[in-house]
Amino acid sequence: MGGMAAPQVAPVETPDTDEVPAADRQWVTIVWDDPVNLMTYVTWVFQKLFGYSRERAEQLMLDVHHKGRAVVSTAPGSGWSTTRRSCTRTGCGRRWTARERAE
Amino acid sequence: MFRRQTDHYVATFAVDEVRVLRKVASEVVGLLTDGFDHTDPVVGRLFPAVYPKDAAGSAEFRRYTEGDLKTAKIDQAGAILAALPDEAGGEVRLDAEAAEAWLRALNDARLAMGVRLEIKDGTDLGEELDDAVTEDPGSSRVFQLSVYAYLGYLQESLLNALID
Repeated sequence: MGGMAAPQVAPVETPDTDEVPAADRQWVTIVWDDPVNLMTYVTWVFQKLFGYSRERAEQLMLDVHHKGRAVVSTAPGSGWSTTRRSCTRTGCGRRWTARERAE
Repeated sequence: MFRRQTDHYVATFAVDEVRVLRKVASEVVGLLTDGFDHTDPVVGRLFPAVYPKDAAGSAEFRRYTEGDLKTAKIDQAGAILAALPDEAGGEVRLDAEAAEAWLRALNDARLAMGVRLEIKDGTDLGEELDDAVTEDPGSSRVFQLSVYAYLGYLQESLLNALID
């Protein structure tokens, strides 16, 4: 069997103390490595959710696998909830679906 | 195992494989219907809290999304049941939509089994299986581990066919 990397789209909400208007905020999706999701599945999910090329998706998957977690997308806040839902649907999300404001 | 034939994904299953897949998919449906229980860690794995530090916010999000998500997951497991041959073994032929449903349903089944089998980072499936066989070759754990490994193998083959 192939490797066992895995994505958790874990969004962590950090307190916003800034005065940045909501529409201007960026949200990042962080994915955690886990032992159940297949590396190939993670790659497929990245392609499906974010529209990445296979090369880009594989690179991100390996990033998650080697580092334990990695930022896989940055998007305006308004797009976040759709992403989150898709992640849960594909089963890639677990603990948190990273919701952190990008610097 | 799955292979691509123009715009379809095709696999041939032996009768035992059909039985196992039917059982697994039925169990997923059971988990999401009559057996649905938020305190079950398996359900927690399939319906993760969105904000781990904010129970109220997570509950709110769940209130609006859980129904649709549950329906989608039941439909996905249903896609496996619908495509399997009746009793004997035989060929399964999936279009792109059904293949995606299978992929997601197989993943849900693996996530659920992973919780029950306590698969952790660094778990070596081969070693787990060897240990379980040494302890009791006829145990439920041996069967569950074998099914878990089989589902991973099957999911991988479908992924390879899809990504190809």
